[in-house]
Amino acid sequence: MKSKTGERTAGDLLLDMRDIRIEGFSDDVWHPIIKGADLKLHRGEVMGLIGESGAGKSTLGKAAMGYAQPGCRITDGTIQFDGMDLRAMNDAQLRELHGSRIAYVAQSAAASFNPAHRLIDQCVEATVGHGLRPAEEAKADARELFAALQLPDPDNIGDRYPHQVSGGQLQRAMTAMAMSSRPDLIIFDEPTTALDVTTQVEVLAAMRDIVEQFHTAAIYITHDLAVVAQMADVIKVLRYGETVEDAPARKMLKQPEMEYTKSLWAVRSLVKPQETSDDIILRVNNVDASYGGPIKVLDNVTIDIPRGSTVAVVGESGSGKSTTARVITGLLPPMSGDVLFNDEPLPLALKDRSKEQLRKIQMIYQMADTAMNPKHTVRDIIGRPLEFYLGLSGKKLDERISELLKMIELDDSFMERLPNELSGGQKQRICIARSLAANPELIICDEVTSALDQIVQEGILKLLLRLQKEFNITYLFITHDIATVKAISDQIVVMFQGAVVEQGMKDDILSPPHPDYTQLLLSSVPEMDPDWLTGLLESRKEGGGMSASGN
Amino acid sequence: MHPIVRTVLQRLGLGLLTLFVVSVIIFSSLQFLPGDFATSVLGQAATPETVAAFRRELGLNDPAITRYAQWIGGVLQGDFGSSFSGRSQGREREVMELIGPRLWNTLFLAGMTAIIAVPLALTLGITAALYRNSFYDRAVNATTLTTISFPEFFVAYILILVLATLWKVFPSLANVRESTELADRIYMTALPALTLTMVIVAHMMRMTRAAIINLLASPYIEMARLKGVSKSNVIIKHALPNAWAPIVNVIAFNLAYLVVGVVVVEVVFVYPGVGQLMVDAVTTRDIPVVQACALIFAATYILLNLFADIVSIVTNPRLLHPR
Repeated sequence: MKSKTGERTAGDLLLDMRDIRIEGFSDDVWHPIIKGADLKLHRGEVMGLIGESGAGKSTLGKAAMGYAQPGCRITDGTIQFDGMDLRAMNDAQLRELHGSRIAYVAQSAAASFNPAHRLIDQCVEATVGHGLRPAEEAKADARELFAALQLPDPDNIGDRYPHQVSGGQLQRAMTAMAMSSRPDLIIFDEPTTALDVTTQVEVLAAMRDIVEQFHTAAIYITHDLAVVAQMADVIKVLRYGETVEDAPARKMLKQPEMEYTKSLWAVRSLVKPQETSDDIILRVNNVDASYGGPIKVLDNVTIDIPRGSTVAVVGESGSGKSTTARVITGLLPPMSGDVLFNDEPLPLALKDRSKEQLRKIQMIYQMADTAMNPKHTVRDIIGRPLEFYLGLSGKKLDERISELLKMIELDDSFMERLPNELSGGQKQRICIARSLAANPELIICDEVTSALDQIVQEGILKLLLRLQKEFNITYLFITHDIATVKAISDQIVVMFQGAVVEQGMKDDILSPPHPDYTQLLLSSVPEMDPDWLTGLLESRKEGGGMSASGN
Repeated sequence: MHPIVRTVLQRLGLGLLTLFVVSVIIFSSLQFLPGDFATSVLGQAATPETVAAFRRELGLNDPAITRYAQWIGGVLQGDFGSSFSGRSQGREREVMELIGPRLWNTLFLAGMTAIIAVPLALTLGITAALYRNSFYDRAVNATTLTTISFPEFFVAYILILVLATLWKVFPSLANVRESTELADRIYMTALPALTLTMVIVAHMMRMTRAAIINLLASPYIEMARLKGVSKSNVIIKHALPNAWAPIVNVIAFNLAYLVVGVVVVEVVFVYPGVGQLMVDAVTTRDIPVVQACALIFAATYILLNLFADIVSIVTNPRLLHPR
């Protein structure tokens, strides 16, 4: 989209969805997911479809293909694709369109490629299956697409199986798969959400270029505003299955009209002033660690954590962030080095630590869902550490649980609920209460907001900051999201391939000059400016500096 | 070395170890069988001297370790010893001579059943998954469940009633001989094979169906659908290749059952298989035959499980093509 300034010419109307209503089946009833949404897309136009999870973006995106996923049904509305009424078509007619004129790029390429077949066979399956091209020709074309998408070794990478290539490469291969039949419309369903920021930049650029090159129309579904700003000509905001606002991308970014849209835009404004202290509560000292093999997952890692402050550990997946947490908690005894807590060395292995030592370091996890026993009520979940560490029982136990619920801004009515009766944000709050129950001095937060929507994220972050002030708790905050880091941290540790690249106060780390890797990481974080990606790619080309290879 | 070769060698080694342990268990547990061969052959009336002489002749007085060493040493050279029965009359027979033709019969019946049952179970499982929750799916499930729920002898007698008595399609007796021609053999073995088919199809079919349906919620299946792949290809090209591991394990388990667990069916159809031989050998305390049968059964299980492991590996690209 060289002319992403709005001059890009939109063609004829390609997709016209009117008053779409979709229902989903759960708990034995049909309940509405999409409540009368309209969507118009012209040839060659890219629409950003944004909203929080549960807003119905994916459901609406798939409906644009005339498809309702199992457990859903389209109950009302019309879907006109290039003059054809998709809702009047039978399955066989729809299959003719799918993979030939309308293609789909899924959120997790790693899960959406069949593990049993080679990449190239999957990439050309639809094209060949629909009889658009003979297999050899389609494969030759796929190799060209691999090259256009800047996949390494484009002639041979297709012969690999999905598990043999990285996530970023798979996502690009999936774009090649969608492009293989030269469709008129591609649905991108959160295609970069599962990727590291440095990889995301490349995938975004590749997708943008190829959509531009073939003048393909696209619906780009995401919850990330900054990403949508780079990709879309027009933006549609969804909430609770209804359209909140529709506007050209630039206008929407500059002057959102609706309150809800403004709130989405405003979330990233949370910033905590940095503080520090000389009182070191935890020191990770020259730690090497491995998972049994000869490869060091952590290489001479030293991190100081001052009492009462928040130290954010940032880096890509595989950089050793979570392994550091496992070493501190004793889940993974290091090969060498030690961990000092309040100036005392902690026993390296979990089983050698005393109950007191265990109590003082608690952990909160990324997936609140899987971190709680689904058969336990909130009372059991929060009560367990109270009984185990503090020996509370009876009335005292109940009072304390109720107190903890108050701290996390929930009331006593939650006591008897099971985890599946809670929203994502509430689940994470319960996990926070569970860790607080032990009266810890240090809480390790491992990507605790990554699975949450931005507004919910903000609530959780505010809660964590408030609790920190009230109880002087120290956080070790593991994340890959720089916006979260800006919001919550005092100090930042940058990790890359198992080693600490940089450690220091937030303002120092976030302001130049940066070491190469920090520079790459920071510059890869999408910004709301629609020209950000274009500008970044140009500056990287000129600078010729460290390339953002996510492989 | 390719990881598959290494895994296969590893499993083979483990299999041999298991076989050794099993041989020890077989040997020692037979020591605890009440009564002994000498007494049961010579009868209650035999004088203690006769019994003692007979025991000496069979080597039953040697320490257990010596006897085990002699037995296993022979087995390693393919010599399973000679049967106890017939000895007193001076008609000594090699164990393998007794077991050989019977084992061949058993394998023939198992093979024939497998040729019918495995493709049938796979086809039923795949089509049931394809048309899941339809009338067809329910009918297949109900029918196979019914046949597996009846005792084997009952299924056998029903088949005899219908296919041998009411309509004289197949013979009710399957007393094949070594001299029986292949065509006759197949004809005579039809009813026992059908009986066993009805007994084992349900298990394999349900696992096939469940393994496939389990995968249908995977993102790559939805992706295949959104690529416009037809329903049958979604199942056959996208789900089945990832479902082999559990299916093959159940198939292997059932094939092993066909070799070691079909005594009832052999009795009903008077089929001279190895199961009947083992039961007879236990009643007459013919220890060498019992030991040999038990060892063959154990080896069958181990080999079939090895086969299942290999198929699981070969159908899993993660193991076949490591990074």
